[in-house]
Amino acid sequence: MGRKAKDKQSAPPSYEEFHGIQKERNSKRSRRAKAIENSASKKPKKETSPSPKKKSTKVTRDNLDIEEDDQDLPHVDLEELNAAKKSLFEDSAEEDDDDFQDALDADEFVDSDEDEREKPMFSDDEDDDLEELNATNMEALSRKLDEEQELEALEAEEELVQTNVPEPRAIVLPTPEEKELEASQPPDLTVVRTRMIEIVKVLEKFKILAQEGKSRSQYVDQLLEDICTYFGYTPFLAEKLFNLFSPSEAIEFFEANEIARPVTVRTNTLKARRRDLAQKLVNKGVNLQPIGKWTKVGLQIFDSQVPIGATPEYLAGHYILQAASSFLPVMALDPQENERILDMAAAPGGKTTFISAMMKNTGCVFANDSNKARTKSLIANIHRLGCRNTVVSNYDAREFPKVIGGFDRVLLDAPCSGTGVIAKDSNVKVARTEKDFIQIPYLQRQLLLSAIDSVNANSRSGGIIVYSTCSVAVEENEAVVNYALKKRPNVRLVDTGLTIGKPGFTSYRGMKYHPSVNLTRRYYPHTYNVDGFFVAKFKKIHSSIHDESKAGAKEKEAAARSEGAEKGIIKDDFAHFDSDEDKELIETSFKRNLKRRGINPNAKNIQL
Amino acid sequence: MRPLTEEETKVVFEKLANYIGRNISFLVNNKEDPHVFRLQKDRVYYVSENVAKFAGSVARQNLMSLGTCLGKFTKTGKFRLHITALEYISQYAKYKLWVKPNGEMPFLYGNNVLKAHIGKMSEDIPEHAGLVIYSMADVPLGFGVSARSTTEARNLQPTAIVAYRQGDIGEYLRDEDTLFT
Repeated sequence: MGRKAKDKQSAPPSYEEFHGIQKERNSKRSRRAKAIENSASKKPKKETSPSPKKKSTKVTRDNLDIEEDDQDLPHVDLEELNAAKKSLFEDSAEEDDDDFQDALDADEFVDSDEDEREKPMFSDDEDDDLEELNATNMEALSRKLDEEQELEALEAEEELVQTNVPEPRAIVLPTPEEKELEASQPPDLTVVRTRMIEIVKVLEKFKILAQEGKSRSQYVDQLLEDICTYFGYTPFLAEKLFNLFSPSEAIEFFEANEIARPVTVRTNTLKARRRDLAQKLVNKGVNLQPIGKWTKVGLQIFDSQVPIGATPEYLAGHYILQAASSFLPVMALDPQENERILDMAAAPGGKTTFISAMMKNTGCVFANDSNKARTKSLIANIHRLGCRNTVVSNYDAREFPKVIGGFDRVLLDAPCSGTGVIAKDSNVKVARTEKDFIQIPYLQRQLLLSAIDSVNANSRSGGIIVYSTCSVAVEENEAVVNYALKKRPNVRLVDTGLTIGKPGFTSYRGMKYHPSVNLTRRYYPHTYNVDGFFVAKFKKIHSSIHDESKAGAKEKEAAARSEGAEKGIIKDDFAHFDSDEDKELIETSFKRNLKRRGINPNAKNIQL
Repeated sequence: MRPLTEEETKVVFEKLANYIGRNISFLVNNKEDPHVFRLQKDRVYYVSENVAKFAGSVARQNLMSLGTCLGKFTKTGKFRLHITALEYISQYAKYKLWVKPNGEMPFLYGNNVLKAHIGKMSEDIPEHAGLVIYSMADVPLGFGVSARSTTEARNLQPTAIVAYRQGDIGEYLRDEDTLFT
């Protein structure tokens, strides 16, 4: 069937119709003819005419699915996609001009024809055209057809994305009924995940995207609930961690906590050089590369054919398995040769041996740990790595400086809640309660004060205290640092000297900290792919009476306790009232006021 | 923590002399950085004098370790050298034995050194003399005593034992629980 058939079958038009359409048809014909002549590629484009209809139906039908699809591909770079689409559009815009017109004409034509059989005829029509051309360049044609289809698919997708945008106020939050239903079933993680990402989207553009009549806190509450179900946190901890970040960053953080950090080793510079070690390990079938520019001793292990903790090199002490984040406090401490340094919470010895290596086995390193069982691994590592300048003690770290003070530098890697190392120990997700975030900082404060008091302010090269935790909670970091600054005016925060890291918070949820707190450094798993970590570096300016204090752990505990009990009580001694004295003052000011108003204060019967 | 008594010193030095012979004088007389021997609980530590002074401020029951642990006294008063002493022994060793790469792991698992695994050895090792075992890359792996003299060892079967193992760095993994407390 060809054009002839079409012509035959068209119903006899009315006079006006005939004239009106005849013209159009003519113009269309001529254009069509041109198009065919011009290029075969344009012909398939006519298929675009029915496609918008298809798309729109799809949109309505698959609305939910589409959203889900979007969620399933959270990493699609929308900008890139848009850019690609834009370019596609631009290309097609010119050459399609004709075709669109064509299509329009065709539509009109079909409508006016009102014959059902007329519609398929277009395809036939094209088939005809194709047949004509097939003989000469079938391959090229089919390829072009494919291309066109691809383009169309892209366009369709694009359109879907676009249709999503003007309809932003999507209903994300579940209704109470839906929630009930959800609660009765085991959680569907994909749905939860989809919803989380939707909510994050809404929270980022709350004014534009939020549903009418829903408050921000409703969204946040739902998001926290979803985080708890999806990642398995307790609501308390989820909220605590969520509050540290923007919503999207928080999700990144939670996701990063599900992935293990890369295995890293530190070269023991006392016994080996990194290049030699890397060569030896590579020969054993270990796939590795340097951690980054910020460290010259770290190696990152991707995979290994031998157990990395049992190679002859490991046993000979050429390297130690150590998280990249553990390098940071020692690098901030910057130990110098022939100094005396204290590591208050040393086990299992990764940092201690690093200090010792940086000092090239000179001076003296005191490695203390309060847990006797853990000193075992500490001693083992010290000996394996050949550190000869260490003294290992088993004290409550608060006993310093009573035991021995006057150190050039002190490193306090405080015991913490471990919210930065959830990837390592997922038990933290459920084990940590509100109580921990009161008790642990309480201990950390005492430890930090002891650390400060143990340092010799007049040390020629040092006078440095480094405080670090593997937690991201503000209570254990900035708050503790701020407390120390208040309690020990003889220390200042100084720059950590670390090239990476985000500055600490100077204010957090209504709490204001000393402005210098921004010199501290925070590390997150999702930004640097190291464990969550915090590093603060103090310099002791001058000595204080606390340095001489002979208070042990018990006394310090008692002092801290009494201080805690005192806190918040308004004492009577800040002022006392003497109403007689006040009476006089009130009278004089009263008189002065009257004078100012032009009334003689000494006149009788003053009306107020 | 206290210095060794004369008796104890004698026992320790006799043991050390097995491995490093007259080089023991380098341990005792280190002019630049004088070192001392200290006894803490039943263990003997070899440590720089300065460090030992600082360690003096740590109470006896809280002091877990200082410097390098050489070994411990047994209940019967003998001295037993620990693998942690390898640092110093290997530095001053009199007799040496190198094992081939294929012999490293068997040795580190606690086995004696077989003839087949020997890469090279000192020329003049007598029978039952203390020696230090190295990998071919000169990494000290442990110490032991020779089962045969060098000349005898030349004519041995490949499966025959040349040196009995006394300590190897594999102990850091195998005996972590008992070695350091």
